[in-house]
Amino acid sequence: MSNLVEVNNLNIRFTGERTVHAVNNLSLTLGEGEVLGLLGESGSGKSVTLRALMRLLPKKRTQISGTVRVLGRDVLALDDDALSAFRGQTVSMIFQEPALALDPVYTIGRQIAETVMRHEGKSQHDATARALEMLEVVRIPSAKRRLDAYPHEMSGGMRQRAMIALALACKPKILLADEPTTALDATVQIQILLLLRELQREFGMSVIFVTHDIGVAIEICDRVAVMYAGQIIEQGSLREIVRTPLHPYAKGLLASTVHGAKRGARLETIPGTPPSLDQAPSACSFAPRCAFAQPRCTAALPPDVQVGPNRSARCILVDPATAGA
Amino acid sequence: MFTYIVRRIVYVIPIVISVALVCFMLVHITPGDPLVAILPADASQELAAQLRTAYGFDRPLPVQFGLWLWKAVHGDLGHSIATGRPVLTEVMRAVGNTVTLAIAAAIIGFSFGLLFGLLAGYFRDTWIDKVATSIAIAGVSVPHYWLGMVLVIIFSVQLSWLPAVGAGPGGSGQWGWDWEHMKYLVLPAITTSVIPMGIVTRTVRALTGDILSQDFVEALRAKGLRETHVFRHVIKNAAPTAMAVMGLQLGYMLGGSILIETVFSWPGSGLLLNSAIFQRDLPLLQGTILVLALFFVFLNLVVDIAQASIDPRIKRG
Ligand SMILES: Nc1ncnc2c1ncn2[C@@H]1O[C@H](COP(=O)(O)OP(=O)(O)O)[C@@H](O)[C@H]1O
Ligand code: SF4
Ligand SMILES: [Mg+2]
Repeated sequence: MSNLVEVNNLNIRFTGERTVHAVNNLSLTLGEGEVLGLLGESGSGKSVTLRALMRLLPKKRTQISGTVRVLGRDVLALDDDALSAFRGQTVSMIFQEPALALDPVYTIGRQIAETVMRHEGKSQHDATARALEMLEVVRIPSAKRRLDAYPHEMSGGMRQRAMIALALACKPKILLADEPTTALDATVQIQILLLLRELQREFGMSVIFVTHDIGVAIEICDRVAVMYAGQIIEQGSLREIVRTPLHPYAKGLLASTVHGAKRGARLETIPGTPPSLDQAPSACSFAPRCAFAQPRCTAALPPDVQVGPNRSARCILVDPATAGA
Repeated sequence: MFTYIVRRIVYVIPIVISVALVCFMLVHITPGDPLVAILPADASQELAAQLRTAYGFDRPLPVQFGLWLWKAVHGDLGHSIATGRPVLTEVMRAVGNTVTLAIAAAIIGFSFGLLFGLLAGYFRDTWIDKVATSIAIAGVSVPHYWLGMVLVIIFSVQLSWLPAVGAGPGGSGQWGWDWEHMKYLVLPAITTSVIPMGIVTRTVRALTGDILSQDFVEALRAKGLRETHVFRHVIKNAAPTAMAVMGLQLGYMLGGSILIETVFSWPGSGLLLNSAIFQRDLPLLQGTILVLALFFVFLNLVVDIAQASIDPRIKRG
């Protein structure tokens, strides 16, 4: 299986009044047709990681190192023209708050059509026809009428459907979803998740799905990477992560949802607070909250231990020999 | 949209009536006898009483108001005490000149204001922003009469490029859009334009910065739009508020500046107000204020309707 996305040793630091080491030594891959979940509590660097894949972070205040390869191209080295052609066509993004992510003074139809015109050089007429087709694909009722609707005239669920229609309008290979259901009601949430799963198969897309909600991850992901303090502290197949988590943080997360993972279950059940990110980690970031912490944990940054073909964890207790089973 | 316009117009009616009432009351709340300006100092009680009857000042106030309003609606605002000419004629001529000045100043002030504001907002915290912001601050803080006099000293006295006072050949009544007239307009228009320029710059800068920090701009970039295209979205989002501010500024300018028109002897409504005040010409003062106030009300109406027609978020039901 070839990888569509390969991120290696990604470090992202925001400079400004405060320095924030938002992403530290992060590596991940995304295979063809795969749905990877990025799971972690708020502030763990999920959105920043996602934005780095499209180089959407503010140029001036962001220092990025490492490599980000998408379909073999070095995203961090693309020039502005190539970058804007790549965004929305090869990789698309959907956002947490569709109400804020859509331009309030453009109609839905126009917002979708302008993307199609940008990437496929279609006429206004053909692009609008595509917009209509896409609204039907995401099953927005009376789609034709909705072409002329403004975002504020639609419900939250409909707006997110429109956002999905927009993101998929140019048939991207990769979809990045940043908590697309967090702002929605529970019933709408499940509809959007089902829609996304269906479209992912229909369009043959690979998806990186960011969420802080294990229940949501279980619904949609094939593989999960658990983030803590800007690092991936464990990754593996959904099944492995849910059944036999290795890292104490992942164990803590899952323990709270063992009795039937509910959507909406927040990852806040472990006592303590995440570390400040004003310095790059030089020890296990989870040590202050970890019940198994030992002097070794804070002596150096624990290595990322490979325990299987697609399975790794960053904890000194993890033993590649025994945990691989 | 149609019902919105109708409703908006209906709302204007009570405002117009209040404006008229205030203008009418002006004569009666100003200290002193309204006739004092035309009465000779040694006039007899009898003469005063006669004139009072002639001007209707002896009737009950509501009756006076009714009569005054009735006449005003028919275009009769009385006669100027100083010149004896109909107030309406004087006011309309002056308003015409002020409109000329306001339009010229608006073209200058709004163009530069929009340009500087967009640049400053887009290149926030760079030297471009600092230069544009400094110009804007200078624009709103430099005193008008001082700037006017400096311009006159440089361009009229020192360089003799432009005339300093008046409105050109034919006096106040015969404006034309040719150089012979327009050269009289240059200095007052520049002087008038600096405040709206500064205010529009500041508003548009803040607006642009605010819009650029909204999530949808990131989403526009995420879908691959080029920066020029993103900029079009920013402008369309800024337009309703920017238009409202410009409309208001245009309104202020249409009101006429007493200071600027006096410095340049520009025969507009500001200069007219000035002379009406100093000559205690109450009918003229009353008429001028009424016309200017109605102008404002009307302009507000136009701005509201224009804003509603370009901003889909304003409910027009
Ligand atoms: N543009 C930015 N400038 C400075 N700090 C940022 C910026 N974006 C995110 N951060 C910081 O980076 C950290 C990770 O944020 P984020 O990726 O949004 O977390 P989440 O996992 O909740 O999506 C947070 O501490 C956040 O404050
Ligand atoms: S490295 Fe040590 S402190 Fe960190 S999770 Fe493992 S046991 Fe806990
Ligand atoms: Mg986030």
